[in-house]
Amino acid sequence: MTTIPFKFPFNIKLYRPVKPTGVWDWLTTIDHKKIGVLYGVTAFIMFLTGGIEAMLIRTQLIAPELKIIAPEVYNQLFTMHATTMIFLGVMPLSAAFFNFIIPLQIGARDVAFPRLNAFSYWVFLAGALIMKASWFLGGSPNAGWFGYAPITGATFNPGNGIDFWIVGLQVLGVASLAASFNFIVTIINMRAPGMTLMRLPLFTWMTLLTAILLILAFPVITVALIELMLDRTFDFNFFNTKAGANPILWQHLFWIFGHPEVYILILPAMGIVSEILPTFSRKPIFGYPAMVLAASFIAFMGWLVWSHHMFTTGLGPIANSVFTLTTMLIAVPTGVKMFNWLGTMWGGDIDFKTPTLFAVGFLSMFLIGGISGVMHAFSASDYQQQDTYFIVAHIHYVLFGGAIFGIFAGIYYWFPKITGRMYDEKLGKLNFWIMFIAQNLTFFPMHFVGMQGMPRRIFTYDSEMGWAFWNGFETIAAYAIAFGVLIFVINMIKSWTGGKKAGDDPWDGRTLEWSIPSPPPLYNFRDIPIVKSVDDFWHTKQKSDTKVKSKTKVSDIHLPQPSYWPFLVAVGLAIAGFGIIYNLVLTGIGIGIMLITVCAWSFEPVNEPDSH
Amino acid sequence: MFKTIKKFLPILLSLLFVIACGGYDGPQSTFDTHGPVAKEQADLFYLILWAGMVVLVAVELAIVYIYIKYRRKKNSEKIPSQIHGNTRLEIIWTVLPVIFLAIVSVPVLSAIWYVGTPPENPDVVVNVEGHQYWFEFEYPDLDVVTANELHIPVGKTILINLDSKDVLHSFWIPKIAGKTDIIPNQGNYMWIQGDDVGMYYGQCAEFCGESHALMRFRVIVETDEDFRAWISQQKSEAFVPNDPLEKSGYDIFMSSKAGCGGCHMIQGSKKAKGKIGPNLTHFGSRQHMAAGILENNQVNLRNWIRNPDMIKPGNIMSGQGAVYMDPNKSLTESEVIALASYLQSLK
Amino acid sequence: MSDETTTGLNHRKLLMWVFLGSDCMFFASLIGTYLIYKGSGVAHPGPADVFDIPTTSVSTFVLLMSSMSMVFSYAYLVRDNIKAFRIWLLSTMIMGSTFLGFQIFEFSEFYFHDHLSPQTNLFGTTFYALTGTHGIHVTIGVIWLGIIFYSSLFRNTVTSKTNLDLDLAALYWHFVDIVWIVIFAVVYLFGTFTGFPAS
Repeated sequence: MTTIPFKFPFNIKLYRPVKPTGVWDWLTTIDHKKIGVLYGVTAFIMFLTGGIEAMLIRTQLIAPELKIIAPEVYNQLFTMHATTMIFLGVMPLSAAFFNFIIPLQIGARDVAFPRLNAFSYWVFLAGALIMKASWFLGGSPNAGWFGYAPITGATFNPGNGIDFWIVGLQVLGVASLAASFNFIVTIINMRAPGMTLMRLPLFTWMTLLTAILLILAFPVITVALIELMLDRTFDFNFFNTKAGANPILWQHLFWIFGHPEVYILILPAMGIVSEILPTFSRKPIFGYPAMVLAASFIAFMGWLVWSHHMFTTGLGPIANSVFTLTTMLIAVPTGVKMFNWLGTMWGGDIDFKTPTLFAVGFLSMFLIGGISGVMHAFSASDYQQQDTYFIVAHIHYVLFGGAIFGIFAGIYYWFPKITGRMYDEKLGKLNFWIMFIAQNLTFFPMHFVGMQGMPRRIFTYDSEMGWAFWNGFETIAAYAIAFGVLIFVINMIKSWTGGKKAGDDPWDGRTLEWSIPSPPPLYNFRDIPIVKSVDDFWHTKQKSDTKVKSKTKVSDIHLPQPSYWPFLVAVGLAIAGFGIIYNLVLTGIGIGIMLITVCAWSFEPVNEPDSH
Repeated sequence: MFKTIKKFLPILLSLLFVIACGGYDGPQSTFDTHGPVAKEQADLFYLILWAGMVVLVAVELAIVYIYIKYRRKKNSEKIPSQIHGNTRLEIIWTVLPVIFLAIVSVPVLSAIWYVGTPPENPDVVVNVEGHQYWFEFEYPDLDVVTANELHIPVGKTILINLDSKDVLHSFWIPKIAGKTDIIPNQGNYMWIQGDDVGMYYGQCAEFCGESHALMRFRVIVETDEDFRAWISQQKSEAFVPNDPLEKSGYDIFMSSKAGCGGCHMIQGSKKAKGKIGPNLTHFGSRQHMAAGILENNQVNLRNWIRNPDMIKPGNIMSGQGAVYMDPNKSLTESEVIALASYLQSLK
Repeated sequence: MSDETTTGLNHRKLLMWVFLGSDCMFFASLIGTYLIYKGSGVAHPGPADVFDIPTTSVSTFVLLMSSMSMVFSYAYLVRDNIKAFRIWLLSTMIMGSTFLGFQIFEFSEFYFHDHLSPQTNLFGTTFYALTGTHGIHVTIGVIWLGIIFYSSLFRNTVTSKTNLDLDLAALYWHFVDIVWIVIFAVVYLFGTFTGFPAS
């Protein structure tokens, strides 16, 4: 890798890369498009590992009183399955799209802080590796993805598993925060001329709201995790019941983070659906202002409902009533979005290609998850549903039928733009139908099994309980989901390099990303577009078919330069993290590395070496 | 016509699937209510279930209709009317749900208060303490301490106080009442009432560790007469048994080698005063053992005493009992048989 | 980042505001934890036993004055009065360090004299966690100001044209000061004066 020096205090020379290639290119990239691909591929692999964890869980439950998986391992499996799917699956898959698509949708050449962007990916990778390494380093966390005190304390959980969970989540939190800061500044401050907030594509709007939720919610779980770590490592008393602590503090802190977190998980998918339905229906989104207002209301209300996760913890009828009412209220803007999506399709000329199928599948599945959600909202009857498979059904309808279907829709939709090729449409449709049918067969019976009294997080159950048939059925159906995912993987591998060439605008799109080549050049837009309305690209196309000649010389475009410092800071953070688990000396070393590399980063010039 | 059937077949199959899912009621069914609290909760659930089904069917049918009617014909170049919205319609479909929810909130709030407000003068008070992995029941006004089997008189109000000295648990008897979590230092309570004589299943419903799945219990709802008889039986002290096998079991139980008395209470004895494990004074009177997961008979009891960790991984007894920790102190087969015999004699 | 931005605000300035919003929630969670446990816990000592309000009032005053000093420093930099800027910057650092000195003194009094450690009781745990975190924030601020001061020793490195760097540091500094005002009121004053709820 060729490097050139830059100035650092005390006459020290440090280096930065010049036009790196191959592996060095990927290691030092600050290009949002490459970072998006890194996020997407890494997150998808993590999603697959979470899927394996799920298959093992389902296998243990296929029949009553089985001993395929020991209870201690089972507890680690459901903890890791949820933690993986939420933090290593859905969130970074959404981030992959934020990275690749947002600058393209707002007419920018990159994000506001390209090196911070690269940093957030490498830190995500570090967090993912720390989390997954726990399987091989003495045991994974075993107290659920929500880690309720006091079972996560040193008394009841002396091993390293919970420490891996704490450190992994903190590191992942740094990645999420860094990315969100970046996207907020990018969306607010780097829009093409004429692109007012009410002309933003809805996916960009949802990203902005998601990022705002994230930067306000993550600090709360950061504090909770710090408190738990202080308890475990230094004998503090935050959750020490013998000192008079009330473990419900953990639940409050966790869910004040946790509820906005579920909106962080679903808003991006909603944004994707809001792009796909208009494009494939050849109509604008129905009620654009209402969609923005509804999403903003959801983001705001999301802070006022957290204790609906705690209805059975003895908060009292007043608190339960308040949270019941706020939770019922939040169903309204969600319903509004649903109706607006239907209104978009109504009267349209709809092409049911794979992205459309997944988007409509999202509507259909999220509806079911939303209705069971309203059922949980009634706290009195929630006393029967809480901690049962009824909730597991709800979760998977909204997160699998909702978030994952939305993400798959986005993958198929933007596949041509990202790779320059078309995926195989037949395989895509097959993938959809298998996943759609299998997901319903797997998760619908859970509503009934839950109401028949099957609690969550149990490694086995008695044959006399009457749950055996549906559990067996659900397991077979879950294997079918895995088969559907396999079809997807085959389609991706086959099409990434071997698919038909896609062209700039295979879907007759409405938003700016379709106005540039597929895949986009490094600088995205030759000329920064001037925006006059929502769906400006669509309107431009209607007026005239001819492409306007570009006025900008490519050599005049200045782009941010690659750097390896973000990678090195991430390495320092990872070492510091491992130190918290094993030996605080390592933490000291890690922090030292971070201080030096952050300083180097801050002195490194942003521009090209030969510019003034 | 075949085409029409093909279009609607998926919908028909889905409906059939949904109907098939519902069905009979198992031992922990929340639909088979036997007490006013569970009934109130089930009624509330039915209310939203029907409303939800109406919305579900309506919207899913709309989706299917859209799929059929607005599908693009092959190679169509048509650009449909570019409608941006309809303010009146959007206001209607925002306001109507709010009105519906406002109406529904009346029975909802009423149920919340009903379920969450215990009667002022309950007929019986029970202090429930959750342990890893069993439930302890104390009747403070009646001087009874027992475990894993809760007896209550039919048709009477029961106040349940909930506590734990270890981790979180949750107290749940689906057919009688929805659950309330057991949180150390929080002082939670709930009220229940059993309206039909019978035996009901309960299960811990908050993850509490390795054998969370195996932490269950039974509730016996019985006539007032039977309840009082049970109480006086439970209050009575245990005697030293006469039968030689049972007596040898008694000796082993009380011996310092086995050390059972260090954790388990046998009222009336001098050496068994422990409060760490379940009170075993009337162990023989219980129908189930090991926290509701096994029938209380000789075979199961011997298996349990021989190797509790095989039945309930992570249980405290095999983690702390000398006979399990120290290979020099482990029980011989005849000792196991004697102990089982003694314990079952404790009626 | 010298290109035009949509709002006219520099990217880094916007970033600092967003970051401070996030840091608000961070402190809010720690303060919330403190308030939830206020008055509970089994062992002594409690706030009324250890707090020395007069002394802490002095250190609070010093920190508040450091914010004023920060304002002067920035105002002079913008007017290219480099000498005055450096004097007021140094003064801010000294006052910030004085505050930290008071904190260290207070912590050692509590620890050695009153036997209050984070492990002692809920008050110790929540107090040290909250004020310790704040102290770390102040320390980071002092180091940051120190780096700017050191850079300013080299001619033409820190000028009115580069005032954004100091502007960002000043925003951070004022934020940390405001958080302290909240902590002083909620932890120290609420904790010791009768008339405020004790639990």
